[in-house]
Amino acid sequence: MRVVLAEDLHLLREGLVALLRAHGFEVVAAVESGPELLAALVGERPDVAVVDVRLPPTFTDEGLQAALAARRQVPGLPVLVLSQHVEQLYARELLADGSGGVGYLLKDRVFNGEQFVDAVRRVAGGGTAMDPEVIARLLASNARNEPLGRLTPREREVLELMAEGRSNAAIGQRLFLSDSAVGKHTASIFGKLGLAPSDDDNRRVLAVLAFLNSK
Amino acid sequence: MTSARPTLVALGRGVALAGLALLGQVAGLVMLAAVLLTFLVGLVVVFPPAVRLARAVTRMQRGLAARWSGISIDEPYLPAPPPPVPQGDGWYRDGRTLYKKPTIPAFNKRWNWMTKDPATWRDFAFLMGDLWMGGLLVAAPLLATAYGAVRLVAGDPAGAAWILLPVSTAYWYAPWAVRAHSGIAAALLGPTEKARLAQQVSRLDAARTEVVDSQAAELRRIERDLHDGAQARLVAIGMTIGAAEQLLESDPKAARALLGKASEASATALQEIRRLVRGIHPPVLAERGLGDAVRALALDSPLRVHVTVDLPERASAPLESAAYFAVSELLANAARHGDATEAWVDVSAQGPALRVTVTDDGQGGADPERGTGLHGIERRLGAFDGVLAVNSPVGGPTTAVIELPRAFRVRSAPVSAWRYFGRICWALWPIALFPQGLVAMVFKLVGSPVKSWFLGLYVAEPFQWPVIVGMIALGGGLLAVALATTVRSREAEGGGCG
Repeated sequence: MRVVLAEDLHLLREGLVALLRAHGFEVVAAVESGPELLAALVGERPDVAVVDVRLPPTFTDEGLQAALAARRQVPGLPVLVLSQHVEQLYARELLADGSGGVGYLLKDRVFNGEQFVDAVRRVAGGGTAMDPEVIARLLASNARNEPLGRLTPREREVLELMAEGRSNAAIGQRLFLSDSAVGKHTASIFGKLGLAPSDDDNRRVLAVLAFLNSK
Repeated sequence: MTSARPTLVALGRGVALAGLALLGQVAGLVMLAAVLLTFLVGLVVVFPPAVRLARAVTRMQRGLAARWSGISIDEPYLPAPPPPVPQGDGWYRDGRTLYKKPTIPAFNKRWNWMTKDPATWRDFAFLMGDLWMGGLLVAAPLLATAYGAVRLVAGDPAGAAWILLPVSTAYWYAPWAVRAHSGIAAALLGPTEKARLAQQVSRLDAARTEVVDSQAAELRRIERDLHDGAQARLVAIGMTIGAAEQLLESDPKAARALLGKASEASATALQEIRRLVRGIHPPVLAERGLGDAVRALALDSPLRVHVTVDLPERASAPLESAAYFAVSELLANAARHGDATEAWVDVSAQGPALRVTVTDDGQGGADPERGTGLHGIERRLGAFDGVLAVNSPVGGPTTAVIELPRAFRVRSAPVSAWRYFGRICWALWPIALFPQGLVAMVFKLVGSPVKSWFLGLYVAEPFQWPVIVGMIALGGGLLAVALATTVRSREAEGGGCG
């Protein structure tokens, strides 16, 4: 799988390259600034890009802007954005085109190599990978949302994991539930939130995120 | 007779002002007596009450000038001294003397405050003189009528003229006299430029002290948080890794467990630093500016928040930060206290000022005096001369307006055609008035044979006087236009900076 990587801190960049190579990814470009990133994304057309939000030359949201610009030129280009902090605003911008293939994680998640690589693979496959912190803040800001209040604690757990972008199988593994039990929970959640049920994992996740973002 | 009412109101106000001037005269005499007693006999205790009486009367005058003539007169007094603070040993120091009780130091402070304030003596001058200037002015119709009545009763028909004069002119005279009285009051009771500057300096001084204090407190808090939090955790991580290194050969399983612990601790340290950073300067503010930072706040709020932003450019970072934390606090307040479900935030530029309006549909009743949060916002904004106005009637809605002046560069206003016209008038009026008008007139009067460059002396004889008079009129007219345009443009500028 071909990866473009953008990270301005040398140590972290080298670490990420090593981690990705160790898991069988081919890092076709490891760049350190916004303009380079945009050129690499559009030129290389990688299977997935791993991008730091804050990059030179402005050290603002250069990386995010380059990723969004590349997705406008190459619709559906899978992008996993890494940051020292997460903002609902940025998550919303990434999800805005509704085509999936986006991830938004705190840099801390790199610590757990297995989970991080799993997230990269998910995004490359057109799925989503939202940081638990993003989901927690989304839910907190939806605290007064009527339908959410009607979920059972278990259903809420399932909803959180689903919003992070995990498949039924992964949710079942995490909560020690059978696939059919998870299926029952998700059907109940969709009923309570008034969403149209869907068998497709990715589409389901996007529907949940759209619901949470529609506050 | 639709115009009778305002005239009668103005006459009534005139009489009231004259009465107040009489009262002021009494207060002035009391103060004179107090001054004499103080400085000749040494009876200092009578001075402060007399000053307080004088200030009460002049305060009434200021109030009436604002209410009746729309002339607002700010209080010119220096800020009152703070109460004396005891030393460590419980005694009060005043100069080189120690006192057991605060009474005498407090009196000394008050005495200095009152006698050294020029406004005290200007008040005194006003109270002594008002009856003879403004008082006579506003009471004139009444006095003339009374005098006429007395003459009539005495059998002098000329008294009718004394009554007729004020009755026929009251329509114009009475309102003018009330305004003129307020003008006189403004001249003596308003702050002088020096007093105004002194007040501004003391306000800025207080603001600076608060800023320095809160900044120092903030730095201490950050230092403590780093010291107790992230720094301590990093030390622990280092030690854990060191221990794992030692165990790597002998007990790989334990080493692995230790490394897992180290990684967990580093995640916690990161979280702590992240929270700290958010409190110092939110990353989204640095990355996107005020507009998007407020949008991010809106998304994080449990309320449904509608944000409109209209800014020409980014303001300076400290100013953006002050505005951001103010909005953050206001939204948090709305969510916490007000039972609000919806809020509206409007961020816009008003000329060079940044204005943020936060409205919510909650129960209202927020009181800036009680809330420490609101006070904190005011302090933060105070450093930039910013202000917070909260309107929160019980039952809602609550509207808070933040205004920060000088947030944006002032784009120089396009010089209007009027202003150019005014400048041309300024340049030309002396030429028309003096050489071509007045000097030519003198030459003409003395019959000088020299004609110099005076147009009036070159034209045919019958036109010479009309040209000279015309020149004088032209010069006067140009001067009038120049003055008028200058005043107009000053007002326009004043309104912009307001």
